[in-house]
Amino acid sequence: MTRLLIHSGRVIDPARGFDQPANVLIENGVITEIGDNIGPGDREIDASGCIVCPGFIDTHVAFREPGTEDDESVASGTAAALAGGFTSVACLPDTSPVVDNRASAEFLLLQAGRANNCRVFPLGAVTKNHEGQELAEIGQLLEGGAVAFTDAKRPIANAEIMRRALEYTAMFDRSIFEHPQVPEMAADGVMHEGYVSTLLGLRGIPAAAEHIMVSRDLSLAALTRGRLHLMSVSVRRSIQQIRDAKENQIQVTCDVTPHHLALTDVSLTEFDANYKVDPPLRSREHIAELIVGLKDGTVDAISSDHQPYTEESKTGEVDLAPAGIVGLETVLPICIRTLIEPNHLTWMELIAKLTVGPAKILQIDHGTLAVGAAADVTVFDPNEQWTIDPQAFHSHSRNTPFGGWEVRGRVKHVLVGGEVRFQLDPTQQETTHV
Amino acid sequence: MTAPYSEPDPHFRRQWHRKHLLGLQDLTAEEINLILDQAAAFKAMAAEGVTKTKWLMGTVVANLFFEPSTRTRTSFSLAAKRLSADTVDFSAAGSSLSKGETFIDTARTIEAMGVSQVVVRHQTPGAPHILAKELDAGVLNAGDGTHEHPTQGLLDIFTIREKLGSLEGKTVTLVGDIRHSRVARSNIWGLKKLGARVIVCGPATLIPSQIEELGVEVATDFDSIVPECDCINLLRVQFERQRGAFFPSIREYAHLFGMNGDRLRRAKQDVLILAPGPINRGVEITPEVADGPHSAILDQVTNGLLIRMACLYLLSGWNSN
Repeated sequence: MTRLLIHSGRVIDPARGFDQPANVLIENGVITEIGDNIGPGDREIDASGCIVCPGFIDTHVAFREPGTEDDESVASGTAAALAGGFTSVACLPDTSPVVDNRASAEFLLLQAGRANNCRVFPLGAVTKNHEGQELAEIGQLLEGGAVAFTDAKRPIANAEIMRRALEYTAMFDRSIFEHPQVPEMAADGVMHEGYVSTLLGLRGIPAAAEHIMVSRDLSLAALTRGRLHLMSVSVRRSIQQIRDAKENQIQVTCDVTPHHLALTDVSLTEFDANYKVDPPLRSREHIAELIVGLKDGTVDAISSDHQPYTEESKTGEVDLAPAGIVGLETVLPICIRTLIEPNHLTWMELIAKLTVGPAKILQIDHGTLAVGAAADVTVFDPNEQWTIDPQAFHSHSRNTPFGGWEVRGRVKHVLVGGEVRFQLDPTQQETTHV
Repeated sequence: MTAPYSEPDPHFRRQWHRKHLLGLQDLTAEEINLILDQAAAFKAMAAEGVTKTKWLMGTVVANLFFEPSTRTRTSFSLAAKRLSADTVDFSAAGSSLSKGETFIDTARTIEAMGVSQVVVRHQTPGAPHILAKELDAGVLNAGDGTHEHPTQGLLDIFTIREKLGSLEGKTVTLVGDIRHSRVARSNIWGLKKLGARVIVCGPATLIPSQIEELGVEVATDFDSIVPECDCINLLRVQFERQRGAFFPSIREYAHLFGMNGDRLRRAKQDVLILAPGPINRGVEITPEVADGPHSAILDQVTNGLLIRMACLYLLSGWNSN
């Protein structure tokens, strides 16, 4: 039996409220002991100056396999996930073909097994081929490994279909993940509707397109007692409605993305399609409420909303380019910049949004360092300064607005089931500390 | 008799330091006045019979029109010829774009033929800004989607200045489809910088969000503001840019926002009527107004040529001083 010891780090496990210097012992892929006087191990990882926490979990990422592997494959996407500190990711089903049947979900798990990087949890389609007309084979998708259901970036426009979906998935006590947006109000939209869109002449998507849909979905969740998860919430009033709904015991969760915290609609002034995302980057007043929502628990998780696209599809006309950025490899430093450095969240709070929060949404048995849990562990140096270099990404794609940003906080080691699956290349390490 | 070829006075050109003309948002009042003054100098030369200069001889100006255009394209082409530049014309229809080439690669290919200035019309806001980063040539925005149309804004302002003497303190109203109008945005920037009071007027559905923050007043009752206007600029309803119905019918639009004889009689005696065109007679403007004594519509076309000559000429010397 191999004993792997992670020593000298600051261990933070929000699931148990644990935050203190400690050693973590891993045997046979399972955490067996956490404490001061453990050791030695057969193999040791020196975590001096680092935070040791549960591996990060992402509630929704897009890997483009099958269909458009030039953008991303399961292998490259999961490698990117590891480099960003993620040990589990849930994959959106908007591939080609759509993951709307058991075989598609099983294919995804097969490819994840072959890649042998992080854990992959399929999200199944709500409706066949994401057409919003007929429910997909939700029960069989569950048997194939799906953990929740979504039509990805296509909102479920028909309220009756959404109602049935929530009722049907309630049978299995699983969530519907919704991209809350009234499609007619967002059609052909490029950016947030407001002063900047007026200035640039780019077609806007009003904040109301989101919070009207949030309002409808919350009403349907109350009606059906189904589980609703709202993805990439970006609007002040959405947060306020979700807060009220939670107080009224409606089963709703939501997540926000780091880029919606770090950037505003002003970024589009350069007409760079790397700033085009869905939902669009909003104005400062909306960001302020997202942060309040993170602090008071209205927002349950932070998701990268990883959306890889090849360079050629992101270069050129901003209104023709697809929306989205690659996010998995920049979540940690962008969260540190937007949430830790301004003292909006503590380390315990931030790590909770990246671990136990998403684990509960996905209803998966991960996101903790409790003794007996699978040893999914991320070790990161919270103070290392580095420069984001898209060319060094593990993702196939480079579509990020954060290239060249001077940031701090770097992932050093990532373990999945006790195996070291990622270790930062020593040549990429910098010694600068702040 | 003056020679048909003449060199312009380089006075204004020495003060110009920009390589690209992407929008009036970027320009200072001084820079706008410089272009207007250069255009006025060309107009004076034309009045003396000087129809052509050699200043751009040996250079190539490419007209890259990724979106259909008649008057702007012709105007730019003629302006380049008046300066003795060679011109290359490109239209998206039937081009390599239909074979999947990106517009950046198309522009690069044409630039490689020795082009020093590129005039770009594109349906996407920001397309000229992207080309300005990608090309070595100077880029002139000839209209980018619903963003800006700087030379149209300049020719409108030139015409107002010519007819009214100055912009300072004058009330200029832009009427019509403000939401989808690149002409409106360029006009607003230019007019405000030169001291005019600007009102935008149209159906509430065609007034974009937070436009007041640009320093303009918003009106939806055209009749109530007609008597205040020194100049009324009637923008075309951009049916081709709209999705969905923004007003119930053309007849209702013309009733509420069309410039007709009744409204003209309630306007100031010397009110100036502009329309960037192409005009929809009977919609934005009735024939009696379009062809009447207050209308400067054809002057705008003439002035457009001078403005484009001025822009090509000034920008071609951006780093020569």
